[in-house]
Amino acid sequence: MDQLTHPDSASDISAVEVNRVSKIFAGEQEVRALDDVSVSIRRNEFFTLLGPSGCGKTTLLRLIAGFEPPTMGTLQLGGRNISRLPPNQRPINTVFQNYALFPHMSVAGNIAFGLEMLGKPKSEIAETVDRMLRLVQMEPLRNRRTSEISGGQQQRVALARALAPHPEVLLLDEPLSALDLKLRKEMQIELKRLQHETGITFIFVTHDQEEALTMSDRIAVMSAGRILQIGSPRDIYERPAERFVANFIGESNFLDAELTGNTVTLRAGGRFEVTVPDGVADGAVSVLIRPEHASLRAGEPTGKEIAAVIENIVYSGDATAVHLRLGTGELVKVRMANAPGSDDALPGLGGTVAMSFAPGAITVLKD
Amino acid sequence: MTDPARDAPTSKARGYSVRTLPGFAIVALFTFVVLYAPIMILVTYSFNAGTSLAIWEGFSLRWYQRAIANEQVQDAALRSLYLATVAASVGTVAATMAALATTRIRRFPGRTMIYALVNQPLMVPEIVTAVALLIVFAAVKVWTGHTSMIYLIVAHTAFCVPFAYLPIRARLETMDTSLEAAAADLYASRWQVFRRVTLPLMWPGIVAGLLLAFVISLDDVVITEFVKSAGQDTLPTYMLGQLRRVVTPEINAISTAILVAGAILVSLFFMLTMRKR
Ligand SMILES: Nc1ncnc2c1ncn2[C@@H]1O[C@H](COP(=O)(O)OP(=O)(O)OP(=O)(O)O)[C@@H](O)[C@H]1O
Ligand SMILES: [Mg+2]
Repeated sequence: MDQLTHPDSASDISAVEVNRVSKIFAGEQEVRALDDVSVSIRRNEFFTLLGPSGCGKTTLLRLIAGFEPPTMGTLQLGGRNISRLPPNQRPINTVFQNYALFPHMSVAGNIAFGLEMLGKPKSEIAETVDRMLRLVQMEPLRNRRTSEISGGQQQRVALARALAPHPEVLLLDEPLSALDLKLRKEMQIELKRLQHETGITFIFVTHDQEEALTMSDRIAVMSAGRILQIGSPRDIYERPAERFVANFIGESNFLDAELTGNTVTLRAGGRFEVTVPDGVADGAVSVLIRPEHASLRAGEPTGKEIAAVIENIVYSGDATAVHLRLGTGELVKVRMANAPGSDDALPGLGGTVAMSFAPGAITVLKD
Repeated sequence: MTDPARDAPTSKARGYSVRTLPGFAIVALFTFVVLYAPIMILVTYSFNAGTSLAIWEGFSLRWYQRAIANEQVQDAALRSLYLATVAASVGTVAATMAALATTRIRRFPGRTMIYALVNQPLMVPEIVTAVALLIVFAAVKVWTGHTSMIYLIVAHTAFCVPFAYLPIRARLETMDTSLEAAAADLYASRWQVFRRVTLPLMWPGIVAGLLLAFVISLDDVVITEFVKSAGQDTLPTYMLGQLRRVVTPEINAISTAILVAGAILVSLFFMLTMRKR
């Protein structure tokens, strides 16, 4: 659609470039909300900021939107330095966490607001407002007060209002957190569709790892004002750089190991070839094994298999989680997909099994 | 005057109820009687057909007719309305600006100081302000020879500001600042943010402030009495003057009229401040 009109040469310029940005809130106690953050967000990307509460996600969005100036560093939009531009001069719109709809205007009035401020002709405003109302399926409620519609509907209006001026970048601060699970799933799909249809760069904030994994082209994992890792959902999940990232996303087993060259020897036994991330030296390391990347077999371990004693079995319909203790005392959780009749393949509690790992299942962590 | 947005149900949170205190009902009843019985009597006797303030001689509107026909009353009433309109309007504009400055600008040194200064007329005894104004204005009047309504207008505006300020500030404090951020995000300039979002949302607070200031100005005796020049009686000072001579139910009639006007304005004020956005 719209991106077809962009010249090809522009596609290698990133949409948003955050360059060594720090944000310090002065006060009785200085807060370093962002600490030397650099990230470059591509055009048309669905980019997600993921991290625990208070890690600086909202602060980074507020800096990009222009509500706060950076203490250090610069922000660029399409190659242009925007660090000093006020919010009303940035072609960036925000969907606020609490929606911030204007209570004294109708649904249509809210959506028209940005276009009116841009001084668009009346006919164009009417046309765009109609199109936006259709896009978010709110036409029947166009004349309602925003206080007279449901939370999910408010969320759609907030989205339509931010999309109407067709910004270059859309910032979404946990827009789904107030919705119930069913609506949330629906809106996740709808957001992806909207992003695809409009060709606008989305920067999305969430602290829900599953939401981040299912929706994003790339994810930046943040902690305490820093970006720990940027990568595709698969990168982040399968090749987390640090223990924090691995722990924050998905379930993890951490095992002690010894690294020599590109071989790790688990303390619990077994030698494995691994790809070693930059900056990890030979010696004691910890490795990550996802619960679904290990498998279990009844009987004595042979070759690269490790002996483990079953401590607990948790059945959850599609999968079964098995908690095991290794000879070293380390605890490991293994998740196996359930097939018909798979229930008698393993011995019961206290039984010994042989544990093996899929190729590439062992990830060496940086810390 | 208390801030209506603030005196929340603190007493309810306590573990005991004042209702169980011995004598509570009696004290409450006594207070109500002392407060309202004289007013009831005043209102009743304003409709008395006779001249007496103590003997009921039948219903009549003659004192209202007399008050309306009295040129001095007309003159004083118009002056009161004019003074209250100008003072409340100017005072409300000033209060609006003060409220914006104390809630919508980043904390600045001296903000608490400004807050205290704006509210100062609520703390200083009115008689002190009155005497101070009398001394200053008397000097200015002698020096310039100018004796227009300007002195009353200035004095009334000054004490109108804090009364208008309180509801406006209360309104601004409950308003979500992310609405203004959203407007700026949607390309509104600073002025447009104010014009299209802040002002419409704070409007009930402004009207409430205006009403309150208007009633306060309409009602003022002490400062007016000290500041006014000859022939500048407002309704309250006219009544005070009359009371020194002969008391007729005409005074009751005027009082009742002011009471009704004040009650209407104060009810409007509460409707505006109580209503949730
Ligand atoms: N205006 C401010 N003044 C002082 N400190 C602030 C301010 N805004 C944010 N902070 C602090 O900066 C840190 C990051 O806050 P931020 O709101 O960006 O977190 P977040 O990642 O969005 O968290 P959440 O998931 O809870 O929304 C926090 O420690 C917060 O207390
Ligand atoms: Mg936040």
